[in-house]
Amino acid sequence: MSIFYFIAFLSILFAVLVISAKNPVHSILYLVLTFFTFTIQYILLNAQFLAIVNFIVYMGAILVLFLYTLMLINLNKDSEPVKSNIIKIAAVLGGGSLLVVIVACLKQVGISQPVLLKDPGLGLVKNLGKVLFNEFLLPFEVSSLLLLSAMVGAVLLATKDPKTT
Amino acid sequence: MGTADILIKFALIVIIFLISLLIAMYSTYAERKVAAFFQDRVGPNRAGPFGILQPLADGAKMFLKEEIIPTHANGFLFIVGPSLAIMTACIGSAVIPWGQKLTIGTHVIDLQVTDINVGVLYIFGVVSLGVYGVMIGGWASNNKYSLLGAIRAASQNISYEIAMGLSIISLLMTTGTLSLREIAEQQHGWHWNIIYQPLGFLIFIVCAFAETNRTPFDLPECETELVGGYHTEYSSMKLGFYLFAEYINMFVSSAVMATLYFGGYNFPFMHSLGLSENWVTILGVIVLFAKIFFFIFFFMWVRWTIPRFRYDQLMDLGWKTLIPLAIANIVLTGLWMTFIK
Repeated sequence: MSIFYFIAFLSILFAVLVISAKNPVHSILYLVLTFFTFTIQYILLNAQFLAIVNFIVYMGAILVLFLYTLMLINLNKDSEPVKSNIIKIAAVLGGGSLLVVIVACLKQVGISQPVLLKDPGLGLVKNLGKVLFNEFLLPFEVSSLLLLSAMVGAVLLATKDPKTT
Repeated sequence: MGTADILIKFALIVIIFLISLLIAMYSTYAERKVAAFFQDRVGPNRAGPFGILQPLADGAKMFLKEEIIPTHANGFLFIVGPSLAIMTACIGSAVIPWGQKLTIGTHVIDLQVTDINVGVLYIFGVVSLGVYGVMIGGWASNNKYSLLGAIRAASQNISYEIAMGLSIISLLMTTGTLSLREIAEQQHGWHWNIIYQPLGFLIFIVCAFAETNRTPFDLPECETELVGGYHTEYSSMKLGFYLFAEYINMFVSSAVMATLYFGGYNFPFMHSLGLSENWVTILGVIVLFAKIFFFIFFFMWVRWTIPRFRYDQLMDLGWKTLIPLAIANIVLTGLWMTFIK
């Protein structure tokens, strides 16, 4: 349990550093560390497959692409957009009201009952595969269709004029 | 798990680490000797008999060179780059089964650091992490050529990772497990996976060349276009780490190929020789290393035979040839599994 709290602390620390870092490339690297702490949490929960997939997909692919795009963008101080004061005031008001809502919600928080899995080995590849392809086959296939449609959409957006290509 | 077991595990880790470093060291020597052989030269032969001490001389030179960090480079990330490169290269060997079990007295020693049941995916994760070392180093150098090299490395690695993953999927369909130990055991007695997955192996080895940034896919460090690629600004041992990481990666990927497709530590007639179990295990380790050395030689053989690709040809090969082939291989394997087997 103490490992959980330590890793959770690290996750939040790195997440805060992501938004407070001045340099965008540093932010991405802190985001990589944040995802790495998530991987450790999955391993602590005995969900090995989820841990390694999180590792490969988020740390190994998506964040590399983030870093790749950021390296190509010109991020000088003079090209940074400067917002007008009205927008700044609106942002402060919006953020403040969100804080009020969060505090109001926190007042009703109780200690949750931890769910104990009947099968502690559920996160292993074999068991996870059996559950996904028997019990949750329809939602699983529907979510794969969702990913496919997102991919088709991205290709459609990337080709500017279908006639010329 | 008693203290003795922990000590044995620790010793195993240290031994594998030292062997990786030793093999990486002598790969540099072998590379120069192989190049000399292909070009009808003598190669390094001054330091010691046959130039056998050349890697030590090279290492000493690397350490004694001046350490330069460019003024406009990002100091911290400039050091993080090569460190990450060598770290990711070294952790890949943790899941490779080097041999069967050794029995010494009452202790049974498993010649594998850890047998996690997602071993293949672990290797894949480490490979995908390897690109960070190159990218961070190239960006932190604050040099156009380094940045171009880093960006090439990132796009190349991501493109070839997809084909590599898809070629592994068809292998997993026939083996039915993600544990490298079980995959190695299944190949006992000539059931090598290369026989069942020839196309998958071809795709895998091409991707392995791309992932380790070896010729013909060494565009991130293409000297005719980019000076030195991502390590243009590096000097001294930090450059040494980048070069060393490449050789360790070559060793680990050779070990993975030998384990996944060429029977790992299995060799023909291993149980009909009439030797005791321990001797069979030791012979198995030697056979595995022989296979690994063959693949390392293959890497060098290709390097000194085939010229470098152009960048658009590299991307074409990855996206338009290897990925469709890998998907076709999955479909064919599926049909074979359902109808014939």
